Amino acid sequence: MSLGFSLIPLLSLGATIYYQFSSAYSSKITEALRTLIQNRRSSLELFFDERIAQLVIVANTHSLEALMDESYLNQVFNTIQSRSKSFIDMSVIDDNGSHLAYVGPHYEKLKGVNYGDEEWFNAVTSSGVYISDVFLGFRKIPHFIIAVTRRQGTRTWILRATINSDVIDKIVGGGQLGKKGDAFIVNRNNVLQTAPRFSGKLLGEPNTPDFSSAVGTIVEKINLGGEGTFFATSQIPNPRWVLVVKEDVGEEMAPLVEARFVETMILIPGILLVVIGTIMIARSMTNELIRVETEKAKSDDFVVQSAKMAALGKMAAGVAHEMNNPLQIIGDQAGWMMDLLEEEDIAKSKNLEEFQECIRKIQRHLERCRSVTHRLLRFGRRMEPTQEMINVNEILSETITFLETEAHHREILLDTTYDDKLPRITTDQAQLQQVFLNIIDNAIDAIVKRGTISIVTRYEPGNPGEVYIEISDTGPGIPKELLGRVFDPFFTTKGVNEGTGLGLSISYSIMEKLGGQIMVESQEGRGTKFKIFLPAT
Amino acid sequence: MERFTVLIVDDEEDFVDTMVRRLRAKGLEVDGVTRGSEAIERLNEKDYDVCILDVKMPGMDGIETLREMKKKKPLMEVIMLTGHGSVESGVQGLQLGAFNYVMKPVPFPDLLQQVIQAYERKVIEEDRSQQ
Repeated sequence: MSLGFSLIPLLSLGATIYYQFSSAYSSKITEALRTLIQNRRSSLELFFDERIAQLVIVANTHSLEALMDESYLNQVFNTIQSRSKSFIDMSVIDDNGSHLAYVGPHYEKLKGVNYGDEEWFNAVTSSGVYISDVFLGFRKIPHFIIAVTRRQGTRTWILRATINSDVIDKIVGGGQLGKKGDAFIVNRNNVLQTAPRFSGKLLGEPNTPDFSSAVGTIVEKINLGGEGTFFATSQIPNPRWVLVVKEDVGEEMAPLVEARFVETMILIPGILLVVIGTIMIARSMTNELIRVETEKAKSDDFVVQSAKMAALGKMAAGVAHEMNNPLQIIGDQAGWMMDLLEEEDIAKSKNLEEFQECIRKIQRHLERCRSVTHRLLRFGRRMEPTQEMINVNEILSETITFLETEAHHREILLDTTYDDKLPRITTDQAQLQQVFLNIIDNAIDAIVKRGTISIVTRYEPGNPGEVYIEISDTGPGIPKELLGRVFDPFFTTKGVNEGTGLGLSISYSIMEKLGGQIMVESQEGRGTKFKIFLPAT
Repeated sequence: MERFTVLIVDDEEDFVDTMVRRLRAKGLEVDGVTRGSEAIERLNEKDYDVCILDVKMPGMDGIETLREMKKKKPLMEVIMLTGHGSVESGVQGLQLGAFNYVMKPVPFPDLLQQVIQAYERKVIEEDRSQQ
């Protein structure tokens, strides 16, 4: 999701740059093409204008009579040809279409020809100047005709010249660019007037779209067989031809293709960078979230657990208090009965000893109750966080009293070895007791039945943790792969309703708070050992 | 044992009743009341050597009663009974001049011992004040 969003700017930037570059480049090509074709067209027009001008000058500076003299016409023709080799022949024709004079290589064939019914003859008589389409003629050489009309008094005659179209080919050929570029001329019937390089044969139909009716100068991009091709077309008004310049996009657009390649090469690493970055950031954020949540869960549970213990303590104190008065009265009543038994007449009763035994039993069990209520009261008081001077040995033996019965039922031996030299330390007795309680309780659960829990204390002066407590059991041990997780919150091997997985986690937090340390060692099949270090203060 | 007078103040009637009987059986002159205010009234009528006073009582509580008692009879020794197990009220009692405090439930012989010691101290104090 966020990955998609982070890629949008990159991709849109890439697309925009490419689009801008491509349109700029296209318009540059278009401009270049337009300039080229206009240039070619001007050359062509200039060429036609010059030829027409030459004929017009000849026609208007000579009388029909002078030009009808073939030797004179030959002289004029030679003069023109000396400057312009493209003239092939020249003839003078009267208004009926019959040759009056002819100069050129086909004298015998053409001298007698009458052009009266020819299309071009009608055109030139009506418009004054005529340029024909290209044709092969007798000599199989592509050429065309230019004819001009001269009105001399009442007579109208025509000066006609045949011109080799080589020159036109050369001018048009100047527009054939690159390896695949092409240039040619089509007439109004879409017949090729010059020989293109690739687009068809002279006097055939070009294999390009039909541009014969194009007007003015147009540059457009046409897709031919999937590949874009630029076509520039320009109309030549006289002789109504259309000049076509074709340019291959593949070739012309090579820099654009290169730009596209470069851009792709920049974009791909960019995208990769964004993707990798997003993944890495997401991963580190997830990890951080997990860490924070775990920490929060840990502290929340610690708070919950503390609150629970405090409530439990209050309840214990309340129960103990409520029990005390009745216990006191029962005790006093029993005592009073004992006192009364000493009176003479009752002392003689044969059941005296039975009575006395009963009362002694009542008193003994009252004593037990009293010790329970006192313990409950002490427990209740201790739930409030306090700092007091305590002896760890005493705390341990008191903790054990809570678990003795359970251990006894399961035939578990609680083997204690206390170091008498253990110094008294200032710490939170209740919390320390909770740690011991958790560990010994776990040990009992681990053993299940029949085993030994060894509790050892040792004074190690000089060590950072001077008071050393070791609690080891003969249970099944903890598998290696789970050993690192025993202090994690919610890690438990007990059933869903048996353990919260918080005991050791809380113990760990408590030991941290008390400035101590707790460590675990375990061997599968041999048992587990918890080592606790406490600073001697 | 020398015969002396003891006043027991506790809201538990059964406790007062039994105590009165047992202490009387030991040859002491014992009266019992169940309210602090009642105890103060008694002091107007009679002098007691020792008072056993419960800390936690409805109405006038043990500490208040102790204050009043010490005003009226400064020489009377008072043993506080703390059923609550709260050392604080016991310590407070000591500061107000109580002889000692004992935690309920207390075995009768222990309580009797305390009563006798309190009386002995009262005798010593009286001797000293007369000198």
